[in-house]
Amino acid sequence: MHDALTRAGRALRVVLLVALALLFLVPFYLLVRNGLAGEADITAPTWAFFPRELHWSNLTEVFSDPDLPLARALLNSTLIAVSTTVGTVVLASMAGYGLARIPYRHASVVFYAILGTLMVPAAVTFVPSFVLVSTLGWISTLRGLVIPTLFSAFACFVFRQYFLGFPKELEDAARVDGLGYWRTYWRIVVPNARPVFAAVGTIVFIGAWNSFLWPLVIGQDQSAWTVQVALSTFTTAQNLNLHELFVAAGVSIVPLVVVFLLLQRYIVAGVERSGIDD
Amino acid sequence: MSARTARLLGPHRRNLWFWVFVGPFAVGLGLFTYVPLLWSVYLSFFNAHNTVNPTEFVGLGNYTAMLGDDAFLGSLGTFLLFTAFIVPATFALSLSLALMVNRLRFAQAFFRSVFFLPTACSYVVASLIWKLSLFNGVRFGLANTVLGWFGTDQTAWLSTTSPPWYWLVIVTVRLWLQAGFYMILFLAGLQRISPQLYEAAAMDGARPGWQVFRHITFPQLRATSVAVLLLLVINAFQAFDEFYNLLSDARGYPPYARPPLVYLYYTALGRDQNLGLGSAGAVILALIIAVATVVQARWFGLGRKED
Repeated sequence: MHDALTRAGRALRVVLLVALALLFLVPFYLLVRNGLAGEADITAPTWAFFPRELHWSNLTEVFSDPDLPLARALLNSTLIAVSTTVGTVVLASMAGYGLARIPYRHASVVFYAILGTLMVPAAVTFVPSFVLVSTLGWISTLRGLVIPTLFSAFACFVFRQYFLGFPKELEDAARVDGLGYWRTYWRIVVPNARPVFAAVGTIVFIGAWNSFLWPLVIGQDQSAWTVQVALSTFTTAQNLNLHELFVAAGVSIVPLVVVFLLLQRYIVAGVERSGIDD
Repeated sequence: MSARTARLLGPHRRNLWFWVFVGPFAVGLGLFTYVPLLWSVYLSFFNAHNTVNPTEFVGLGNYTAMLGDDAFLGSLGTFLLFTAFIVPATFALSLSLALMVNRLRFAQAFFRSVFFLPTACSYVVASLIWKLSLFNGVRFGLANTVLGWFGTDQTAWLSTTSPPWYWLVIVTVRLWLQAGFYMILFLAGLQRISPQLYEAAAMDGARPGWQVFRHITFPQLRATSVAVLLLLVINAFQAFDEFYNLLSDARGYPPYARPPLVYLYYTALGRDQNLGLGSAGAVILALIIAVATVVQARWFGLGRKED
C-alpha cells in the first residue's frame, strides 16, 4: 500500500514536470511557428498549430526590409557583447587578483568602495550616467554603449573570491622562477583559472546581448541600434508585420541558444556563484 | 630612487603592482558609478531642463515636486504590487522546480535545460511573444484561442483595466524568464545538504515528503532562500524592459502599471528632458533601495554566520 502510494506520487511528479516543461516551451514554439508562417496564417481566425505552409523565405526577406535594420543591429549587438565581455573579464579579473593576492595597506578600503556599488543598482544610475555620457559626446557611439558598462563590481567580487581559494603553490613556483606579478598572472594564473573565466564570461555575454535600457537610452540613432532596441521599436510601433518581427526575434536568440547549448555547465557555475553572497 | 618613492612603491613594489592590477577597474568604477551619482545629487537641486550645467538653484524644489507627484507615488505603489505578485510566485515556482528536478532519476539534465533555457531570452523578445501572440487581444492570440474553445469571449489582455488583466501578462513574462535561473540556485543549495541529515531523519521516523521538507530541506536552504529573496526584490525594483515593451506604443505609455524606472525614463529622457526632476527621483530611489537592503539584511539576520 505504502509502496503503491510512493509510486503513484512519483508518477504524478513526472507528469507534472512534463506538463510544466511543455508550458515552458510554448513561447519558443510560438516564436518558430509565427516566424515561419505567412502573415495570413498568423492572423487566421482559426488556430493552426502548424502553419499550412512554411515560408523559409521569411528568413531572407527580414534582412532586406529597409525599415528594420536587422543586419546592422545584429552587428552592433555582436560588437557590443563581445567587447563588453572581453573588457569586463580582463578588468574585473585583474582587479579581483590584485585584491586577493597583492598585499596593500588600503586594500580593504578599496574593496569596500567597490562592494558598495553593488548596493546601487545600475538602473538607478542610468539618468546620471546618461548625463555623463552625453557630456562626453558619446551618445550613439560604440564607446558610449560599451565603456560605462565595463566595470562590474559583481564580476570583480566573483574573481576575488575565486582567487582567494586559488592554490598558492603555483604562484610560489612562478616566483621562484623569477616571474613578477604581471607574468605570474598572465602565464600561470589565467591559464589555470579557465572555468571561472568561462562562467563570468558567459554570464556577462548573455547580459550584454539582452541588455535593453542602456542601449535604448544611449543608442539613439538608428545606426547605433542593438538588436533588442530594433525589435522593441517595432514591437511598440503601430504598423507591424508580424511574421517579420517573429523571424527577427528568432534570429536574435540564435547566438544565445548556441552559447547556452555549448557552455551550459559554465553558465550554471556562473549562476551558482552569483547567488553566494556572504 | 629617493626614500619617498621607495616608500610609495612599497616592498617589492607591491603598492605599484596593486594599482596596476586594481587601478583601471577602480578608476572606471569611480568614473561611471560614483561620479554620476554625485552629479545626480548636484543636479537634483537645480532646475535642469535639457541641460547638465544648470544655473538656477531650486533647493529641495525637485524633491518636494517629486514627492508631491501622484504619478511618482503611484509608481512606487505599482512596484509594491508587482513585488507582491512576482516575488512569492517566482520563489514558489523555482523552489518547486528544483525539488522536482532534484529527485528525478532520469532526464535530469534535460528538464534542467528546458526550465533554464528562457534565461537566454531577452525581456524584449519575451514581451514581443507575449504581447503579439500569447496574449494578443484579438482572436488569433493563443490565450484567447484556448479560452474560445470553452466559449469564453475575447479579452484585450493589455488594455483591460478592470479587472486588471495586464498584471497576468506582466507577471508571467518575468516568471517564465527568471524561474529557471533561481531553480539553478536552489538546485545548488539542495546539493549542498548532507545526505546524512536525511538518513538521520529517516531513522527518527520522519515521513518523506512534507515533514522532511519542513524540518530538514527548507531550514537547510535558508541561506539560498535569503539570497533568492534579496535578488528577486532588487530585480523587481529595477523592472523596466517588460513594462516598456508590453505597454508602450506609438502614443506613449498608458496611465496605469507604471513602475518607478518607467516613470523616471519618461521624466528625465522624455519630451522635456527634466534632468533635475529625474535626478531627484533617482536619488529617492537609491535611498529607498539602500534602506530596503539594510532592513532586509537585518530582518533575515544576514551576516549572522550559518553553520
